[in-house]
Amino acid sequence: MNGAHDMGGAHGFGAVVPEPDEPVFHADWERRVLALTLAMGATGEWTLDAGRFARENRPPAEYLSKSYYQLWLAGLEQLLVERGLVTPAELAAGRSLRPATPLRRTLAAGDATGSLKRGRPTNREAPRPARFQVGDQVRAKNMHPLTHTRLPRYVRGHTGTVTRAHGCHVFPDSNAHGQGEDPQWLYTVSFPGRELWGAGADPTVTVSVDAFEPYLEPTP
Amino acid sequence: MSVRAVAKSVARPDTWRMSRAGDDPHDAADHEHGSELSETQLRVRALESILVEKGYVDPAALDVLIEAHETQIGPHNGARVVARAWVDPGFRRWLLTDSDAAIASLGYGGRQGEAMVALENTASVHNLVVCTLCSCYPVPVLGLPPVWYKSAPYRSRAVADPRGVLHDFGVELPADTEVRVWDSTAEVRYLVLPMRPAGTDGWEEAELARLVTRDSMIGAGLPKRPQDAR
Repeated sequence: MNGAHDMGGAHGFGAVVPEPDEPVFHADWERRVLALTLAMGATGEWTLDAGRFARENRPPAEYLSKSYYQLWLAGLEQLLVERGLVTPAELAAGRSLRPATPLRRTLAAGDATGSLKRGRPTNREAPRPARFQVGDQVRAKNMHPLTHTRLPRYVRGHTGTVTRAHGCHVFPDSNAHGQGEDPQWLYTVSFPGRELWGAGADPTVTVSVDAFEPYLEPTP
Repeated sequence: MSVRAVAKSVARPDTWRMSRAGDDPHDAADHEHGSELSETQLRVRALESILVEKGYVDPAALDVLIEAHETQIGPHNGARVVARAWVDPGFRRWLLTDSDAAIASLGYGGRQGEAMVALENTASVHNLVVCTLCSCYPVPVLGLPPVWYKSAPYRSRAVADPRGVLHDFGVELPADTEVRVWDSTAEVRYLVLPMRPAGTDGWEEAELARLVTRDSMIGAGLPKRPQDAR
């Protein structure tokens, strides 16, 4: 979706302001939101990609006015309600008002460290040969799905070069919406800064994105 | 006033929350409501109570997850990887050709670092890592991302004006240095291998690790100089 989260090239946000000696969290509730999100993610009730979509799929004004962990909180509440695991009435009451729904699994304390160590690899066996090779010229499609995608707007319609191939990975555009993993070839595609930002742009800059095969087409 | 000075002066309007350095639990909005706890704090408490009551989450597991991110998982891990690459040419080659295996040999890997790629800075190439769409970051080696990495100013400008972003960090590169920006749009996570600072000949690996800053492993900064560390 063309949401407020897709920020590459936007103007008006001002300078980057680094924070010296920044703490890992700025408030205790941020710790809790991170942990709740990871623990619920480990239940397998939704995918990583569905989690991302839940955070980005909101009106731009709301996205931009929430802090990072406030977005995580909103996304988590939304996923829980959408899947019928928690009701809006329970969120309002601050307590459980009806029996729990059986989950696929829960994260035990004894497995929490192991779960972080294992991660959730997204590489998959290739269902078909790769369409592109390193060195190929490709164009990022001019596409504007209403659903989750990981092709940022600023590269769409532009021509770049395949510079790395990463094998096949879970396809977020499908996996975010309960349509299965549908593994796709993943490539790094490198664009000259001037291809993206015009003739006046810095000639020393190259910008690379990781693009799934369905995002790309051969150049004519 | 230069354009950049103007930009700095408007960097943190009150309405722009994602660029703020956090959420003060006692900010003005809370006082208006006369409440000890902010609405956000109350919502988080309510949610945690519900999830624990229903048995969806184990409170002890939450504590383990938090503790891991506050102590075990952080930029000190990446600093060890970089320092090893600085002293051991064989490890450096391994890191640049099979990053996951080289990093795993030091004990790091897992969530949000399932597929990592190390990028080498040289005298002619500087790498800068961003996630314009969210906050993708090599967590096993760098920990959780700082607020600026997740903020709109960084995500919007890193791909269009990387030298301007580097200026915000006080980094000025030679005009002919090639700047390679890596937008982490899939599950590949990028770690920058910065250049070893001059004047560190003969330094032990552990000493060198203390020169490696988090920002230098994102490409937004440079390692400390020897005189700043000793």
